[in-house]
Amino acid sequence: MAVSNGRLVRKKDLETKRINLIINGQPYDLEVGSGSHQVDPAHTLAHTLRETLGLIGTKVSCDMGACASCTVLMDGKAVLSCMILTVECQGKEITTIEGLRDPKTGRLDPLQQAFIDHTAFQCGFCTPGIIMSAKALLSENPSPTEEEIKEALSGHFCRCISHYQVIKAILGASEKVRGDRDGR
Amino acid sequence: MAGKYRFIGKATPRKDAMDIVTGRARFLNDLRLPDMLYGKVLRSPYPHAIIKKIDKRKAERLRGVKAILTCEDVPDWKGGTPRFARVLDRKVRFTGDAVALIAAESEEIAREAIGLIDVEYEVLPAVFDVEEALKPGAPQLYDEFPGNVVTPGTPFFGPECLKELIMGDVEKGFAEADVVAEGTFSFENIPNPLPPEAPGVIALWEEPNRVTLWVSNQFPYMDKITLFHVFGREVEVRTIGLPCGGSYGSKLMSWQIQSYAVLLSRATGKPVKMVMTKEEHLAAFTLRPGSRMHAKVGLKKDGTVTAVSGKWFIDTGYYSMTTQAQVAVALGEVQIMVRCPNWDLRPVIVCTNRNASGIVRGFGGQELKCTLVPILSLAMTKLDMDPFEFFKKNYIKPGDGYFWRDGNWYTCRGVDFTKAMDKGAEVFGWKEKWKGWLRPTAVNGTKRIGVGVGVHGNADIGEDASEAYVRLHPDGTAMLFSCVTEHGTGQRSNYVKMVAEVLQLPMERISGAPSDSLVNPYEFGPAGSRGTYAIGSAVIRAAEDAKRRLFEIFAPKLKVKPEDLETEDGEVFVRDNPEKRLPWKAMGVDRTITGYGRFDPDYTLTNCMMTFVEVEVDTETGKVTLLKAVNATDVGQIIDPQGLEGQLNGCLGSAGIDSAIFEETIIDRYTGHMLNSNMIDYKWRTFLELPQIENVVLETPFPSHRFHAVGVGEIATSPGPSAVLMAVANAIGTWLHEYPVTPERVLKALGKVMSKVRKGA
Repeated sequence: MAVSNGRLVRKKDLETKRINLIINGQPYDLEVGSGSHQVDPAHTLAHTLRETLGLIGTKVSCDMGACASCTVLMDGKAVLSCMILTVECQGKEITTIEGLRDPKTGRLDPLQQAFIDHTAFQCGFCTPGIIMSAKALLSENPSPTEEEIKEALSGHFCRCISHYQVIKAILGASEKVRGDRDGR
Repeated sequence: MAGKYRFIGKATPRKDAMDIVTGRARFLNDLRLPDMLYGKVLRSPYPHAIIKKIDKRKAERLRGVKAILTCEDVPDWKGGTPRFARVLDRKVRFTGDAVALIAAESEEIAREAIGLIDVEYEVLPAVFDVEEALKPGAPQLYDEFPGNVVTPGTPFFGPECLKELIMGDVEKGFAEADVVAEGTFSFENIPNPLPPEAPGVIALWEEPNRVTLWVSNQFPYMDKITLFHVFGREVEVRTIGLPCGGSYGSKLMSWQIQSYAVLLSRATGKPVKMVMTKEEHLAAFTLRPGSRMHAKVGLKKDGTVTAVSGKWFIDTGYYSMTTQAQVAVALGEVQIMVRCPNWDLRPVIVCTNRNASGIVRGFGGQELKCTLVPILSLAMTKLDMDPFEFFKKNYIKPGDGYFWRDGNWYTCRGVDFTKAMDKGAEVFGWKEKWKGWLRPTAVNGTKRIGVGVGVHGNADIGEDASEAYVRLHPDGTAMLFSCVTEHGTGQRSNYVKMVAEVLQLPMERISGAPSDSLVNPYEFGPAGSRGTYAIGSAVIRAAEDAKRRLFEIFAPKLKVKPEDLETEDGEVFVRDNPEKRLPWKAMGVDRTITGYGRFDPDYTLTNCMMTFVEVEVDTETGKVTLLKAVNATDVGQIIDPQGLEGQLNGCLGSAGIDSAIFEETIIDRYTGHMLNSNMIDYKWRTFLELPQIENVVLETPFPSHRFHAVGVGEIATSPGPSAVLMAVANAIGTWLHEYPVTPERVLKALGKVMSKVRKGA
């Protein structure tokens, strides 16, 4: 893996057997191949994030697109990283849970703070995925209703049953998002 | 109670909250050691077979394969109760049983190697039903267990371990009864608690006989002890507990996968990581025991229970590790639910050719109640007795007694839960909704509303021993040493909160040592709702002991007696003259102060959870929808309100209420294969299907520890399932005798479909 200095190569990527993508604001230039440092064409985005790049905040639970625990943002939309091959991510912009804090100040995203304030998790394994889906929701719809939140999170498996506290946290964060905007 | 405590009872952020919401929390599979290998298991495609021959030569030649182990290559390590289940055996006993272990440089290579191992099997007939397994001529799983009966096994809780419940004179009891009812019910859908994080382990063997395991378990210290015995008491075992991505009891024991990783590390000299796939988690890991009961009960007109007699069949799958313990606890718990002088309840634990049973929240008691409560209901129906009034009358009161798991008789010195039950009924609207047995609360066209109630509690809140250290540092910080991992209950933070309250030190200044068996004292682990009282007591005593030692050091410095001192925010001051104070630093910067605390078992306190449910049954489609659940309990003192709310809401998932409605594992009775071993076909509740939940929590001080609290987390799942069965019966006017209440079972009960209903496992 090599990081190109902010340059994004878009042409003939597969021919040159390289994948360029941006993860949490940082450009990555990944080689395609079967070495341990390379991206195998069979690798899922979840695998590349976790095993190749060490971004372990993205959690894999079912690894077959059923539980949404591995959710990340791709060009701002929530996607299941266990159902996407890394070689399909050419030129995409990916955000993982590690990329949610303000990179300069380290300040938590209001959603992350709301999850802390409401203890909107128990074991916490499914939490990164849920937060990423909630982030995609609030980006599109800053003031969702409870029903809209449930719809947006309908694919997420949370076995401890923190659903009720998650909904409260997202409603809280959405108000905060509104509050911050109005305050400016 | 407001204002009584500075930290206890306040909503405080979890100590690990920042790590969890930023993705920094390191669960087992997030850990990678240098030179680490990956382990996989070749599993049996047959439910019962003898392994005739294994040819691993082709697989061994695959580049990157480091070890392949079969039953011929491993020591005779055994688990189970009694110890009879070999880590690798010549015989396989369920579809998914381990045949060979592979360690390779990558998971992909290990997976590929599985396909290159040739195994020749002699397939044997298999048995999947408890009563079939008991018949003469049934396939026999073990030579050691003629008739497939593992009862009574090796006593788990000492020589007098409760194995059956026999007391008084049941014939006399039935003669005194006004009504007698008899029936058969089964809770054999064998759901999987299904934590999001699959079971896994990393093991590192060091010559000659030492091993370190990184575990994602609920019981890191007990893993060390369990494995020590499995490994023939010849291996020094160290366990390091990592955050646990859900357990619900199931990850109290992972001795098999742990043993596999240890064997592979022993064979290769490298650290070996093994993490189950979700399919293995469902199809090859432990599940809830199956429960079937034929019983007869006698009741008087006033709801007094005069006799209970019956046979309780427990399907433990292909082996039993903890089933005897679950039966012992269940037999104790049933006496807490029902006061009755005459019992003849005889359990039989049976081996069948499916996944082994293990621990799940509810620990035997949920399994027993799911089958006994409906039989009690049949008798209540004859008396037209309100089940809420029945439970309220019969649930244990202070001064009542019970035989507990060790076979001893204990007298309850807890609190009366009547007030909590009444409050729950009021919040639920029970009096308005209860229309009598087998009568719906409301009928809206094809939809019928029904209500039900269940109750559960244990005397395990003070079970087993705990130890802890609290270390004070001159910089005004403290560290708690307690071998507990965070598995979702928030208890690691709650213990810090207890230390904070004792030392009057902000929680931010207190950290928890890693849950490493090498540095922490003995800890049984958080289970059976024992965390708050048992572990909490050890932690509190350790903090008090540290404080006492602190005051001994500061008394001469402040020229007073130790008992005249207080501490707050890292300073020691004279109670009657708070101006006179010194920072902890005055202890000397070359000193730490360590306090020790221990808790010894106490079986005289019980907890209680009553759950009311309201369901809607669509008589056209058979679908049952849970509309509302109300949990009522008394916890003595809330430690953390948000953590408690999460635990109580947990009544739905993790093999709780939903295992009465739609959760089940389905095993093909010809091939032994689980047909729904994935998260699409194994059904679970989504965000779109949330019922209304209300939690009624009273705080009547318990005679437990200095904060007068007891735990209730574990029991939240247990009263709900039988309440659902009752609610459905009331909605449609007839009983279903099996769980879950799937549309086809409901339609069959309504006489709308005639087909034979398939059974789970």
